[in-house]
Amino acid sequence: MPILDHLWIILALPLAGAAINGLLGKNWPKVAVNSVGIGSVSLSFLSVLEAIREFSLLPAGQLSFFKNYFNWIVTGSFKVDFALQMDHLTIVMLLVVTFVSLLVHIYSTGYMAHEEGYYRFFAYMNLFVFFMLTLVLAANIVLMFVGWEGVGLCSYLLIGFWFLKQSAISAGKKAFITTRIGDFGFTIGILLLFWTFSSVDFGTVFAKAANMPAESATQAGVLTWICLLLFAGAIGKSAQLPLYVWLPDAMEGPTPVSALIHAATMVTAGVYMVARMHPLFSRAPIAMFVVALVGAVTAFYAATIALVQTDIKKVLAYSTVSQLGYMFLGCGVGAYAAGIFHLMTHAFFKGLLFLAAGSVIHAMGGEQDMRLMGGLRKQIPATYWTMFIATLAIAGIPGFAGFFSKDEILDAAGSGPNAHITLWLLGLIAAGLTSFYMFRLIFLTFFGKQRFDEEKVHVHESPKNMTVPLMILAFFSIVGGWFAAPHLMGGTDYFEAFLHPVFAAYGVQAGIEQGASLAGAAGEAGGIATSPAMELFHALTGPPVILAIIGLLVAWWFYIRRPDAPKKLSERMHGLYTLLLNKYYVDEVYATLFIRPFLWISTNVLWHVVDERVIDGTVNGVARVAREAGGQVRELQSGNARSYATWVVIGAVGFTVLMLGVWGMVR
Amino acid sequence: MSVVPVSYYLVLSAILFGFGVVAFVFKRNIITIFMAIELMLNAVNLAFVAFARAWNQLDGLVFVFFVIVVAAAEAAVGLAIAITIYQNRRSLNIERVNLLKF
Repeated sequence: MPILDHLWIILALPLAGAAINGLLGKNWPKVAVNSVGIGSVSLSFLSVLEAIREFSLLPAGQLSFFKNYFNWIVTGSFKVDFALQMDHLTIVMLLVVTFVSLLVHIYSTGYMAHEEGYYRFFAYMNLFVFFMLTLVLAANIVLMFVGWEGVGLCSYLLIGFWFLKQSAISAGKKAFITTRIGDFGFTIGILLLFWTFSSVDFGTVFAKAANMPAESATQAGVLTWICLLLFAGAIGKSAQLPLYVWLPDAMEGPTPVSALIHAATMVTAGVYMVARMHPLFSRAPIAMFVVALVGAVTAFYAATIALVQTDIKKVLAYSTVSQLGYMFLGCGVGAYAAGIFHLMTHAFFKGLLFLAAGSVIHAMGGEQDMRLMGGLRKQIPATYWTMFIATLAIAGIPGFAGFFSKDEILDAAGSGPNAHITLWLLGLIAAGLTSFYMFRLIFLTFFGKQRFDEEKVHVHESPKNMTVPLMILAFFSIVGGWFAAPHLMGGTDYFEAFLHPVFAAYGVQAGIEQGASLAGAAGEAGGIATSPAMELFHALTGPPVILAIIGLLVAWWFYIRRPDAPKKLSERMHGLYTLLLNKYYVDEVYATLFIRPFLWISTNVLWHVVDERVIDGTVNGVARVAREAGGQVRELQSGNARSYATWVVIGAVGFTVLMLGVWGMVR
Repeated sequence: MSVVPVSYYLVLSAILFGFGVVAFVFKRNIITIFMAIELMLNAVNLAFVAFARAWNQLDGLVFVFFVIVVAAAEAAVGLAIAITIYQNRRSLNIERVNLLKF
């Protein structure tokens, strides 16, 4: 078991790539930087494959492979190991992360070809892969937190990659600080976790949690608090309400970064965390409801903003926020497997959408405004077809990846054990909105008249190293959901069955709430017995599909049939349109409620009073007292030796008087 | 032969010490100031010796030897300084040596 025993190799490869490129690559030719950057990630991908092969050879009863490499922190009873683990959930994440990373790295060789700091870009990207894999492989929550913060750092570095651009720097800072607010909760959650279970190790914590009864749905116990605090971190990292504001701004970074970090991997870390901590969440119904509610509301809310955005990357950014909401909705209603399934399919089609958008921007010579595009489908056919496939996938058109995963989530939200009609409705409407804004993007970009000056813009298809990753991702955007296909006919969902050992291992005792992963099957079985064909018919004509088709048709009506209709509608519903166009004024509200008061307090109280008066005043005051006292005392050193002699005599006499008279040392 | 009481020696020592102090403070010539210091040291020596004899103890005498050694060393260094001052200033007036000040 060469790789499985040395899981650290998977981490070490991208770290080495980052170190080599970052420290030495400055003056290297692009070929050398490419081979280090792509080589390390592809070797990492191959080691993941080998590790999975070895994992499959383990005895059937073994839930996860655990290996401790060294003791990292040991102080009293607080013990943290550098320990890695692998189970079925890890396998899914490892495959997604390394595979998508590899494709994005290859794509970047084309997209970033003319950029300054080429080696720096690849060093950061490799570093990101390292931290993301640490996050995924970690066997305790502290090590996971290392990865968690590390990916945040890389996100910051890559958003601000063009560091001469003021907006990029601000966006990087915004991303870092906003996620830090959530991480504050996460840190306290870790402390509370250790305080409750006296361990930070997943295995120990879950084993102890498995013996605890589920908490009541009306009163928050310690598990609920732990879960809510950890979820605060997920809200920041995965851009949910109310901390989603950083993700749209993060589009200032290079497009491959948006695809890898801000669509496919890093932002899904929160979903992975919730799924990983499922033994705790499953026992905290209030926390579960909060997760589901935040997810559903975010899915709906972000989709409404995406309706009117004109920047092609901003549409995708809000779409990402919305899709992440779906994943949390899935986890929140107990369908962890469905949430992770959507995470995977989303990584494929949203990664593809971003990369294709990058290809469009590349073709347009840097233009990102969809109002200035149009009619591109003939000129850049490869980009068009791949992006179209991804759009079908995200819109939930039957047969494509997004259909299966979204359907499962909505199914769980509508008929699972924790189902709630509001959650289901929010998710359903968001599905319709998703379909509309995605086809709006496609129609505005690739159909209709060309709304740009052909003399100035030389539209050209991207090179092979950009289009081939697009095609591979397009392939997976189609087949990535087929694991679940038999489920439509009442059969087994292979993806869910694959993850079943993980999510069934620490299930809540029967009678209170049944283990989540069984929910889907139980719900189906409980219904009226129907033939597979009927099941398939129901799935293909369910409300999500109908809404997706309606979204498509409305988009077609607005942007192909009647290109002047959107303008009229926006004039008729001016208030709503302005509200959406300005993203509900959330940035402005945050600026008024938090940023400006904090700035005012920082400037007028902390800076001018506390710092300048109190701290500087104390330090300078001590110095001034010493100086002025010294100024007085130095007069004694007159240079006149006889005055010194006088002082000596006065001193001696004074001391004698003191000893004899006052202290009475001699009787 | 009657024994001279120790208080006589102490009074003499105090008088000599007082002369030394007065000369130390009021005289201007560096050499004279040295002599005043020597006078004070030896006044103290006299007191030590007187006590040593009165109580039949050697400790006082040992102290005296130390004082003599220190006084000799001090005189050697001090006279060297005095010579250097004279070479620079063509004078031994202490009031003309006043550059080292605030």
